[in-house]
Amino acid sequence: MKALIIDDEPLARSIVKEYLQHYPQIELVQECSDGFEGVKAIQQHRPDIIFLDIQMPKINGFEMLELIDNPPATIFTTAFDEYAIKAFEGHAVDYLLKPFSRERFDKAIQKWLGQANATVQKNNTQALLESVSHSAAQSQRIVVKTAGKIKIIPVEEIHYLEAADDYVKVHTKEGSFLKNRTMGHFEQTLGTDVFTRTHRSYIVNIQQITRIEPYEKESYVVILKSGAQVPVSKTGYAKLKQVLGL
Amino acid sequence: MVHYSVLVSYGLTQWQGLADSVISNILLAACCLLIINNMRYYLPRQEKYWYVLVISGGLASVWLIAIRMLLWAIFQNEHAYLEMVSSSSTVRFGVAFLMLGCMATMSLLFFTQKEQKEMEARKMEAEKLAKEAELYKLRQQLQPHFLFNSLNSISALIGSQPEHARKMIHQLSDFLRGTLKKEERQLVNLEEEMQYLELYLDIEKVRFGHRLSTVMECEQACRAMKLPSLLLQPIVENAIKFGLYDTTGDITIRITAAANKNYLEVSVENPFDPETSSPKKGTGFGLSSVQRRLYLLFARNDLLETKVNDNLFMTIVKIPQPQ
Repeated sequence: MKALIIDDEPLARSIVKEYLQHYPQIELVQECSDGFEGVKAIQQHRPDIIFLDIQMPKINGFEMLELIDNPPATIFTTAFDEYAIKAFEGHAVDYLLKPFSRERFDKAIQKWLGQANATVQKNNTQALLESVSHSAAQSQRIVVKTAGKIKIIPVEEIHYLEAADDYVKVHTKEGSFLKNRTMGHFEQTLGTDVFTRTHRSYIVNIQQITRIEPYEKESYVVILKSGAQVPVSKTGYAKLKQVLGL
Repeated sequence: MVHYSVLVSYGLTQWQGLADSVISNILLAACCLLIINNMRYYLPRQEKYWYVLVISGGLASVWLIAIRMLLWAIFQNEHAYLEMVSSSSTVRFGVAFLMLGCMATMSLLFFTQKEQKEMEARKMEAEKLAKEAELYKLRQQLQPHFLFNSLNSISALIGSQPEHARKMIHQLSDFLRGTLKKEERQLVNLEEEMQYLELYLDIEKVRFGHRLSTVMECEQACRAMKLPSLLLQPIVENAIKFGLYDTTGDITIRITAAANKNYLEVSVENPFDPETSSPKKGTGFGLSSVQRRLYLLFARNDLLETKVNDNLFMTIVKIPQPQ
């Protein structure tokens, strides 16, 4: 079985490494000091288990997991993060609070080894990510992967969002990026003072709007600064009018 | 005395005049005491002036009836005098009413003022306590993250480098002791604060390894300058966090202190990535608490400043020097 440690503090990695030595069946394939390395290493090694810190440079542990299709079983290691701890408690994914004892570590490993049904675990990880991403910090930016590169988009730079099958297309001045989230998710997490869902398939950054024009009977279209046109439904128009104070 | 001479001049005997004035005045004085005591324990809140009128009127009537009964009892057979007492009732009532009214108003004012003073003192005391508590709280907001991560580093070192672990325990203890012992308003030398910062930075360097390096530049002239204790640590902590979590490479934190007129100016510099974070967000909790603390200590909001220079984020704090 392959394991991966992702933590920005060298000593924090070394303690996991030390505890892992007692499990000859688990092979430590790599140690990563940030999320970028983490994504690469996971794709390269396809580990069975990862030990993941939450607070890390550039992208945090949750954001890193969001970038991976079918993330591996994850044991989180964190020092103190009230919000995250609350999120963990509702889910079966295990977490270790630093500093943790060897006994506590062994318990987490036993729990993971005992969970024969891998799909249960995956669903848990997904559910955890859903609930964590409602936190304040993460509604300020969106992390996407594009052509093998990772991009961090501050929310104020989003022009508009468009539904695209199971994904959402994030349109910015540098082009559009796909993110595996639902429109409902973005509608909930993005601030309603700046973003409005104008249509079943569209969410608009109102600061990008230059004008609103009638389109067909009872429907409209907003023209953005970039020149893009975004459809507005009847209910969307009512919402937009309210937000813009018309 | 006045009362006595007036009565004698109206043709009363000395004995009659004396008895009359003594009895009237003693009773009147008793009534005054009654009013003062009453006001001491019960201060009317509403309709104060009606209260004064009613109480002085009521007491004056009671007083008049009392002296008439007493004088009647003493001088049962001296009809001329008793008639004079009856006919002077209105005057007596008027005088007593005015006297009692004055007394009531005066004690009302006196006790109201006293109460107001007490209330003010209480309010000031409460404000002072609240300010102290706030200052204390602001200083105590040592990041639990830092503490737990440091303990985790120690835990890791114990296995591989026990000597180093012991050293880090000592550093961490010294650091924690420093946060506990210092007084809120105490001003310390820059020298002392810098030593304390060094301690903090040493711990962080163990945690982050080669990624973190620091440069401290301090003019000789400002080593003895004063600043509130533990003011710089949260600024440096903020810079480290901002620098380390916003970039993936190695970072250098530069701390410079200089004397500028009557101010001690300390600037803390950290790299950041302007592509992905607007520096606005970097001034998170760390700096707002420093700002608040400076305001509570110096009543000024312009002592903390942040600047962006390419990919460097700079925090500058100015500390007015005691004259």
